[in-house]
Amino acid sequence: MRLSMLAKRDFTLFWRNKSDVSNALIFFVVAISFFPLGVSPDATILGPISVGLIWIVALLSVQLGLDSLFRDDYEDGSLEQLALSETPLALIVLVRLLVYWCCVGLPLSLLSPLLGLMLSMPSEAYGTLIVSITLGTLYLTAVGAVGAALTVSLKRGGMLLSLIVMPLYTPILIFGASSVTFAADGMNADGLLMVVFGLTVLSVSLAPLAISASLRMSLENG
Amino acid sequence: MAKSRWEWFHQLASPKSFYEKTTRWLPWLGFLAVTLLLVGAFWGLAVAPEDAKQGNSYRIIFIHVPAAFLALAGYYMMAIAGAIGLIWKMKLSFIAMRSAAVIGAALTFVSLFTGAVWGKPTWGTYWVWDARITSMLILFFLYLGVIALADAFERRESGNKAAALLALVGTVNIPIIYKSVDWWNSLHQPATIKLTSAPSMDMSMFVPLLVMIAGFYAFYAYVLVKHMRAQSLQSERQKQWVKDTLLGE
Repeated sequence: MRLSMLAKRDFTLFWRNKSDVSNALIFFVVAISFFPLGVSPDATILGPISVGLIWIVALLSVQLGLDSLFRDDYEDGSLEQLALSETPLALIVLVRLLVYWCCVGLPLSLLSPLLGLMLSMPSEAYGTLIVSITLGTLYLTAVGAVGAALTVSLKRGGMLLSLIVMPLYTPILIFGASSVTFAADGMNADGLLMVVFGLTVLSVSLAPLAISASLRMSLENG
Repeated sequence: MAKSRWEWFHQLASPKSFYEKTTRWLPWLGFLAVTLLLVGAFWGLAVAPEDAKQGNSYRIIFIHVPAAFLALAGYYMMAIAGAIGLIWKMKLSFIAMRSAAVIGAALTFVSLFTGAVWGKPTWGTYWVWDARITSMLILFFLYLGVIALADAFERRESGNKAAALLALVGTVNIPIIYKSVDWWNSLHQPATIKLTSAPSMDMSMFVPLLVMIAGFYAFYAYVLVKHMRAQSLQSERQKQWVKDTLLGE
């Protein structure tokens, strides 16, 4: 009951600040469209690297909006109220993560085949692309939110946030991108998708604990 | 009873008594480190035979391998120190964590750099996206992240706690990163150069390497204590004991 109210509140907040969400999606499309300009418009060059490009830019787009994930709540004091409530902070955080992912990660994964088409990605790979980006963005949100929680009390945390979470993104980038590459080469990518799924489950179950500890720390330091 | 048994531990945990205690045995630690490093370096560089395949260029191993060893061990050292600081709120532990971060980053850089220098004559290139090299590079980024986060806060204590938490999140990730990078390499490009398939080492080379590793451990401990002493003075600079120490009673 409480959690559903929280989810509703978070959705409303994201809806009211549409720019945070739409910026991530616009960034995704614009950054991808730069590669034909910067690398080459030739399909034989873009096709083989399209998987990696989409994965990397999706990773950056998810990260773009993370800085604001807890910031407004921290600044107006509602984070303190949430931390004081009876519901465990980790659960509240989990709801926030899922809402963020619904607003950013899901649209990204739905957009990705379109961009794959524009980059002449082999058609066998689209299904795997959607699944791996859907799961992967969840991982990126959960792990990135740890960084967001650690830097929330800093005035200019955005740059630092990317520095501290990027190395932690390595595993999901490797497994996510190689699952799609496998599919593009006409091989069975199920095993790799399972690894992506495992990593996602691990991060979504552990990250809220680290995030709530970091948030409490940031509140103490205030 | 239990209290008195742990008294030395609690005393050591205060920067003041740490500073005083280490003043006495630090020279000995330094002496040990210098001796081991000199013996190991002489043994490795002058006495040990030339490698059949790589000639003299292999001798960089005597710096490269110990540095890489401690770069990895140093991360856990840093994370454990951070965890102790978070749990028991020990000031000295955070000081150890910050020192370990800086020294670890430096050693990671040394191992990457010496690896590149070694790579040129043996592999014909300074850089390969080999699994081991790549995971070292990511380790370097992790260290940089911890250092940057620790320094970003105005209040020292806030930086300590945040960096400790990040270091702990990193410990969960390091095995995953290591494995993932390992897989990534074997999935896509069958390794053209394998570090492990180098001719297994002869004792005449292996023993000096062990001496160098021991020397690096001693050196690490020495630099860590030295760095911690400097940080103790800095973070307690308002206290009387620092004034007494620095201004000479």
